[in-house]
Amino acid sequence: METLWFIIVAVMLTAYVVLDGFDLGAGIIYLIAAKTDGERRAVLRAIGPVWDGNEVWLLAAGGTLYFAFPQLYASSFSGFYLPLMMVLWLLMLRAIGIEFRVHIANPVWRNFFDAIFFLASALLAIFFGAALGNVIRGVPLGPDGYFFEPLWTNWRIGPNPGILDWYTVLAGLVALAALTVHGALYVAVKTEGPLSARTRGIAVVVWPMLSVLTIASLAASSIVRPAVMNNYRRHPVGVLVPIVVFGSLGAMIWAASKSKEKIAFLASGVYLTGMLVGAAFALYPIVLPARIDAYSLSIYNTAAGHHGLVVGLVWWTVGLALTLAYFFFIYRMFRGKVRIEGEGY
Amino acid sequence: MDSALLVHRLHFAFTVTFHYLFPQLTMGLAPLIVWFKTMALRHSDDTYNQAARFWARIFGINFVLGVVTGIPMEFQFGTNWSHFSRFAGGVIGQTLAMEGMFAFFLESAFLGLFLYGEKKLSPRGHCWSAVAVFLGSWISGFFIIATDAWMQHPVGYTRLPDGSFQLASFWQLVLNRWAWWQYAHNMSGAVITGAFVMASIGAFYLLSKQHVEHGRIYVRTGVVAGVIFSLLQLFPTGDRQGKLIADHQPVTLAAMEALFESQPGAPLVLIGQPDMENHKIDNPIVVPKALSFLTYRRWEANVAGLDSFPPGVWPSNVPLLYYCYHIMVGLGTIFIAIMVVSAFLLWSRRLFDARWMLWILLLSLPFPYIANTAGWITAEMGRQPWLAYNLLKTADGYSKTVSAGNGWFTLLGFMGMYTVLGLLFIFLVRREIEHGPAEEVLAPHA
Repeated sequence: METLWFIIVAVMLTAYVVLDGFDLGAGIIYLIAAKTDGERRAVLRAIGPVWDGNEVWLLAAGGTLYFAFPQLYASSFSGFYLPLMMVLWLLMLRAIGIEFRVHIANPVWRNFFDAIFFLASALLAIFFGAALGNVIRGVPLGPDGYFFEPLWTNWRIGPNPGILDWYTVLAGLVALAALTVHGALYVAVKTEGPLSARTRGIAVVVWPMLSVLTIASLAASSIVRPAVMNNYRRHPVGVLVPIVVFGSLGAMIWAASKSKEKIAFLASGVYLTGMLVGAAFALYPIVLPARIDAYSLSIYNTAAGHHGLVVGLVWWTVGLALTLAYFFFIYRMFRGKVRIEGEGY
Repeated sequence: MDSALLVHRLHFAFTVTFHYLFPQLTMGLAPLIVWFKTMALRHSDDTYNQAARFWARIFGINFVLGVVTGIPMEFQFGTNWSHFSRFAGGVIGQTLAMEGMFAFFLESAFLGLFLYGEKKLSPRGHCWSAVAVFLGSWISGFFIIATDAWMQHPVGYTRLPDGSFQLASFWQLVLNRWAWWQYAHNMSGAVITGAFVMASIGAFYLLSKQHVEHGRIYVRTGVVAGVIFSLLQLFPTGDRQGKLIADHQPVTLAAMEALFESQPGAPLVLIGQPDMENHKIDNPIVVPKALSFLTYRRWEANVAGLDSFPPGVWPSNVPLLYYCYHIMVGLGTIFIAIMVVSAFLLWSRRLFDARWMLWILLLSLPFPYIANTAGWITAEMGRQPWLAYNLLKTADGYSKTVSAGNGWFTLLGFMGMYTVLGLLFIFLVRREIEHGPAEEVLAPHA
């Protein structure tokens, strides 16, 4: 039962990263890719009807994590106090940038909101990457199951690391590069003409960086926490993860250079999924490793009571079925290309 | 008070108070927008469609603010109240996660459809998307209230040897009697906000002689909804809520009424200042025996005063609780008076020319917000010193690893951020009201 909920939470977080990832990425490339006001509005219209729905996956994943693994929720949210609060502020600033820009015609203020949208999107990508880096590296959990990490200490991986050290910064850069490509390909799919060509070009230019960073981060992970290799040694099926990751990287550049944006975008979604599944596979059954192994939190010492988990499975399945139905319906309604001018945004 | 405890309490209080300014309007407006869409369908009258679009724009702005200020609420259970989450997550994690799965997806998906999809949907389909937004916002409200109700009146749990609470009965949790009465009372309060805001803006249009046709629709709809729900707010929802407090939190009742001495035939204090040093009310204006009657339906019934309970279990701030409760009840009474008189004028076809009444409606806009806020402070201060009533003290629930200094840092950060949000909100809403329900498109607009 605990394993099932581990998978559910991992799937929801992956859904969040793949879905909100492309609108975060659209924000990262926004200033470079879209030159005129019309093009900028086209990018915003491409994400307009879906971005807040995508963000709901973060909320729903957070709620599900709270329900299934209360001890993990309590420990990690209080331990990552400062970066989480900053993520909240960035999410707010980003919403301001997107939603309020359209209401103000003055170009000075539009530039201001554009800059906010870009900055918040880029910083969020880095923060999320660094957060995953922290989880893989391990945190200074005490015997009571709690910890508190300052933003940085000495940038090294010692007994008292900060949120940011060389490894988590590397993870942040991987996320930044990956979401840049993901967002660029999404905008390339959703728009046409020079804007679409330009965003595809960005994806092609950033791709080599993404490949190098991916290899570097995988190598660094096995040095920082050699235990990540254990599950891969024990279960040979894990070899699928690197195959999927590097296969999708290859498919991405092949399709992007052939102007097959849709396939390239799908490949980048598969790449993100592969990276996250790889991390979850490496961690299981640990959910928050401690710097001292004995204090690590696993699915077994953090889960809610058995009855609650069983009951939850019933309503969660119903809720998911309804949600998929809405999403299917909405994406069908708003399918197709966004034009440079027109109604809305 | 321990300074870390103080800052974590202020942190949650500040962010939740600011947050609830927005959902109370969206939950209150949602049924009224559905009403407009239904009228438009039934009478094929495009004025009602215009009205629905105008209020949907106001709704949309409030919704965005509600979402961005709502995300921090979920986070704070873990960031600032981690001990509470560790102990109670096995129970209230259920309701909080259900809110995500059943309400957020529904509401956000269909709001996008409602705001952007009118041309792609049939009129009937567009009306249904309004219904879906209404359902989403009200389901969301229920799961939050069910969570709070568990903290007020814990049911359906077992306690494990490690001290944590785990779900024992799902149905007891969601059918908690406290949850349903509190929900009814709260949602009625939200509709009162929606009704007063609608009537106020309608009155503004009538008084300034612009968009007169719309002004009449808004005043009429606001007054009809207002009179129904301000009466429901008092009876049965407020009355039943009071009865639950008398049964399960008698010390809270005594503190709300500032009843220091237990007595038969207890008086109801209308106005007066609690003197906590001498345990009496200064400058009291009271209705003799009324408290006994309202609580137990008998004039001579004995009502337990604060002296029946050890001071350690008194709500930690009796005067603040007393004032918030009296502000809520006092304003609720005034709302009934305003809406009954307005409804009478409406019925006798004089309301649209009664400038004095339109002025009152116009100026009454802030007061439902104050009443709803005061009501929530009453509920939450009344629960003190408990976080989960009789199970877990507030002082044992906060994140011990998050220092007061870090708490102040983020509290001040939120204050700054919310000041900016509040200014932007006022700017945008004012702009929509200035522009009104007319159809020519506002300078590039969503």
